[in-house]
Amino acid sequence: MRNYEVTFIVDPVLSGDEIKSTAQSYVKMIKDEGGKIVHDGEMGLRQLAYPIKRRTTGIYYCTEFEVETGEMIAKMELAMRRDERIMRFLTVALDKYGVKYNADKRAGKIGTKKKKETKEDAPKDNKPAAKKAAAPKKVVKEAVKVAAPVKAEAVVTETVSTTSNSSEEE
Amino acid sequence: MASRDDIKFLSNPNIGSQRKKYCRFRKFGIKHIDYKDPDFLLQFVNEQGKILPRRITGNSLKYQRKVARAVRRARHLAMLPYVTDLLK
Repeated sequence: MRNYEVTFIVDPVLSGDEIKSTAQSYVKMIKDEGGKIVHDGEMGLRQLAYPIKRRTTGIYYCTEFEVETGEMIAKMELAMRRDERIMRFLTVALDKYGVKYNADKRAGKIGTKKKKETKEDAPKDNKPAAKKAAAPKKVVKEAVKVAAPVKAEAVVTETVSTTSNSSEEE
Repeated sequence: MASRDDIKFLSNPNIGSQRKKYCRFRKFGIKHIDYKDPDFLLQFVNEQGKILPRRITGNSLKYQRKVARAVRRARHLAMLPYVTDLLK
C-alpha cells in the first residue's frame, strides 16, 4: 500500500456546482482505480501568489488516498492535464511521517501556533509566583556577589602589581 | 604570584558572541514539513522569496533539503511566489 496526496487548484470562475463536480470526478476516478480515500478536503478559495491563466484566486482541493500501486497516478495526471477546469495540480507520495502529520492535523493536534501561544500565556501566570519563590534566593546570591567582587579586586590588584613589576624589570 | 588563570579580562569577553544556531526540526522533533503551509515556510525565505541558506537558518542538512523541497512545491501551487519584492 502506498499513500499519495493530490492537491489541485480549480478555476474559481466556474459555478459552485461545477467546481464540486470536478473535484468529485477525480475522487471517483481514484475509487474506480482501486484507491481508498483517506481524506478528501477542500481548502477553499485562496489568493494565488502569482497569476495563473490570468486568475488571481483559486479553489484548492487536497485529497489523500491509498493505492496498491502507483500506476493509476499517471492516468489521473493525464486527465488533469487535459482538464481545462484545473489550473494546477501536484501529486506527492507520502512517507509514514507525512501520513501521521496529516492524521494529526485532522485531529487538531497540529495548530502549533495556537499551542505556543497558550504555552506562553501559561508561564506568565505562573511567573509572579515563581518570582516570589526565587526572591529569597536572589538575596543570598547578591550577598555572595558582594563578597566575591572584593576577592576579585584583590586578585586584580595583585596581577597589576606583578605586571608592573615585570615591566620594570624589562 | 598570580598565575595565568587569575588574570581577568578588562572587557566582558561574552559581548559580541552570538547564540549558537540549532536545527529547529531536530530540537522539536518535527519529522514532516508541509508544503501546504505557506506561513510556516515564510520563515525560510528572504524578502525576495529566495530560500535562505543553511548557514543562516541553522537547519541540519537533512531538514534543509526537506524545507527546500517544501518551498519548491509551495511555489508550484502558487502558495509562495517564485519572484517578488517586499514579501515580508
